[in-house]
Amino acid sequence: MIVAGILIPFGLFFAHSFQNNSGVNQNSSTVFQQQMLPGETIYKKYCISCHQPDGGGVPNMAPPLIQTSYVLGEKETLIKIVLNGLKNVDINEETYNNPMPALGAVLKDKEIADVLTYVRNSFGNKASAVTTDDVKKARAETKNKS
Amino acid sequence: MKKKFFASLVIVALVLVATSSFSFTGPKPKKGASPTDNAGLTLPAGFDAAIVASNLGQVRHIAVTKEGDIYAKLGRAKNGKGILFLKDNNGNFQQQNGFGDYGGTGMRIHNGYLYASSNTDVYRYKLNDKDEVENPDQPETIVTGLLDHGEHNSKSFTFDNDGNIYVNVGAYSNSCQVQDRTPGSMGQPGCPILDSAGGIWQFKADKMNQHYGDGVHYAMGLRNVVGLDWNDQDNALFVMQHGRDQLHDLFPQYYDTKASSVLPAECMYELHKGDNAGWPYIYYNQIEKKQILMPEYGGDGKKSADKKYLDPVVAFPGHMGPNDLLFYTGNQFPEKYKNGAFIAFHGSWNRSPEPQAGYFVVFVPFKDGKPSGKWEVFADGFSGEKVVMSPGKAEHRPCGLAQGPDGSLYVSDDSKGTIYKITYKK
Repeated sequence: MIVAGILIPFGLFFAHSFQNNSGVNQNSSTVFQQQMLPGETIYKKYCISCHQPDGGGVPNMAPPLIQTSYVLGEKETLIKIVLNGLKNVDINEETYNNPMPALGAVLKDKEIADVLTYVRNSFGNKASAVTTDDVKKARAETKNKS
Repeated sequence: MKKKFFASLVIVALVLVATSSFSFTGPKPKKGASPTDNAGLTLPAGFDAAIVASNLGQVRHIAVTKEGDIYAKLGRAKNGKGILFLKDNNGNFQQQNGFGDYGGTGMRIHNGYLYASSNTDVYRYKLNDKDEVENPDQPETIVTGLLDHGEHNSKSFTFDNDGNIYVNVGAYSNSCQVQDRTPGSMGQPGCPILDSAGGIWQFKADKMNQHYGDGVHYAMGLRNVVGLDWNDQDNALFVMQHGRDQLHDLFPQYYDTKASSVLPAECMYELHKGDNAGWPYIYYNQIEKKQILMPEYGGDGKKSADKKYLDPVVAFPGHMGPNDLLFYTGNQFPEKYKNGAFIAFHGSWNRSPEPQAGYFVVFVPFKDGKPSGKWEVFADGFSGEKVVMSPGKAEHRPCGLAQGPDGSLYVSDDSKGTIYKITYKK
């Protein structure tokens, strides 16, 4: 466990450097690192009760955030779940009865970007960072819709 | 995790071998479990546990027939079967054909029928003289059309001795906020949920197709009741409420994480017609022993409400998830257990960053239909973990209770689908 704790941040560092080469997130791993810590703080404040310290969720109530297309797939889909909430959706053929609250009015764009970057790169997950611009864009689209 | 689980099994086994070597009179080994490990459970001296079935699915409530056979209700139908039937063949339980293509929670035998609930309806199946269901595809619908919005949708039920069935309709909300579980959102004025949920409804046990309007809104202000039972001594309904979640998440200005991990109480109520337990306007603080105004309705963690609601008869620490209640009427267990209450605590999830709690079966002694002493942990060790930090890590989670014809206590687990049988060695 301790070894994993030491190795994972390094793994993330390298994985991220690689993503930088592919031009996903400009301006280096420091930006990424700058998102992970505040992201963790947000996670502990708003997400940890339902999604748990290990990202494993609560059986039948709140879905796990580990290795799921909702977390690792399209950033836009994920951002919109945080902005608008989610209810009564089966995930990987499991039912989760507790609703995900809409946090669009609670969290700022940067906070959403940070916490999603943290979630996409914790609990064994590895995916590209979410930027404040990504969130801004998704929020504007949500507004246009309504 | 597996390693830890087996390590703790070994420790439990060693302790049991060490402690039992003085009084070992050679009990017969139980089938399906090693004679010394009590199926991984810790129990009071003289009690013994064995696993009688495993990997059944999400076993919610269970019922045991006078022949000792078991009916089990699955939260989610497995291969199209939502009710399982396990026949007792000299202590060896054999799974028969399942039936009922719906998930749900409630399962009881009453007056020659097997009653089962989905998340909207209550059905019953006629039993023959061997307590077998002969027409599994033709249940009678007793109650229909109860609300199911996902959250708190278990339609648990019990019976009185006057032909009535009492059905829980849980509130489809945590605390009746305008926006459920959203930080800062306040309570809806005159919580509209309470007209059709957040309470107990009384119906006739043998009348078909009853809707809300045919029943009596028996008690209100109950957030969610999964465990309920009729107390014959008191001739009254007793229920276990699941208290509200997330005081710190939603109102960090009034509650730190420590307070939020134990508040509010999980309450046992004795209910009579017209009672109101106060959800969502108040909760019960088991440490100060008083009713506190909910922060969604103007509370600050300290203020009590102007209006007084029903007080609990027993108040347990928060979030442990009482999923079944059973008054023990058997003769097998020692005298102190007679007419007392067993409660299956499913185990908490919203205590982070504090460790989770529950995942055990508790006993409360009763005398003349009233609690007569402190509650105590009766059966522990279901989780297989010393400390549970996250509910997904718990191996087993107690969910249902039933009493066998010989006075044995059965406990179901809706995580791995295990059924335990607890007996007392005379």
